[in-house]
Amino acid sequence: MAAEEHSPLAQFEIHPLVPIKIGGLDISFTNSALWMVAVVAAITLFMVLGLRQRAIVPGRWQSAVEMSYDFIANLLKDNVGSEGRQYFPFIFSLFMFILFGNIMGLLPGAFTITSHIIVTFAMAAVVFVGVTVIGFARHGLHFFGYFVPQGAPVWLMPIMIPIEIISYFIRPMSLSVRLFANMVAGHIMLAVVGGFVVGLGVWLGWAPLAFIVAIFALELLVAVLQAYVFSILSCIYLNDAIHMSH
Amino acid sequence: MELEAAKMIGAGIAALALGGAGVGLGMLFGSYMEGAFRNPEAQSKLKVNPMLAFALIEATGLFGFVIAMIILFG
Repeated sequence: MAAEEHSPLAQFEIHPLVPIKIGGLDISFTNSALWMVAVVAAITLFMVLGLRQRAIVPGRWQSAVEMSYDFIANLLKDNVGSEGRQYFPFIFSLFMFILFGNIMGLLPGAFTITSHIIVTFAMAAVVFVGVTVIGFARHGLHFFGYFVPQGAPVWLMPIMIPIEIISYFIRPMSLSVRLFANMVAGHIMLAVVGGFVVGLGVWLGWAPLAFIVAIFALELLVAVLQAYVFSILSCIYLNDAIHMSH
Repeated sequence: MELEAAKMIGAGIAALALGGAGVGLGMLFGSYMEGAFRNPEAQSKLKVNPMLAFALIEATGLFGFVIAMIILFG
């Protein structure tokens, strides 16, 4: 059986479209890069064309753009406070990139850019390093006091401090693996059940097809939800660094 | 035992972590339903937090799935 070409993992393969080699480095323009360009183009079209009319009473498209702006602005205001406003472009870019990337990956034959751990890890690493630098810039060496939880008895400190340090460094790992695992698991399930539809043929294939419709709805929810969770956790980590509430 | 057989068994045991995700989701939405049935008017306030908790609980289960994939294919 031709199991290799139709393996459920084949959808995650990277193919170089325009091979580019500089020195010993392979920086080809791959299908992943192509889909990232497509995602950024879709976001730009969504926002630019939506704000064309600039009506005081917005139409549908402009209303959608304004709602996405308000959503992130309120997220920052609720979780970080008034000092969060300067980080709005970053969190908004993060949210829209992950949201559009996840949703566009559900199109038939599409490539999900967030289904590679290196992509999600790059984003999570930027958030983690950025938040740590902001913490040190605001509080100086006092930031190390974050690892000493207030109100705990002194004899517990030798256990609490390593635990706090470990749980701080696990943040970029959990942030990246959460998004990566959700996308990979969802798409593998769609591919596997899709194989069942083809395998069972016309007479029995409707049963896994109904299952795929339900799973697709769930995947759409998960796509939006994971973008929201990534953004709100970034805001929470930012709040921890700005107001050391520990 | 051959490496392939050990990989299969390891992946199967790692996938058991998804059971914990199932239990957690059941408890989460069960308590959400209970709160919503007791006080239907407060439902608009109860909307965002269950979704956030759903994503976080699901992620913990999927960590086990990722480990199973790493064992099988890594």
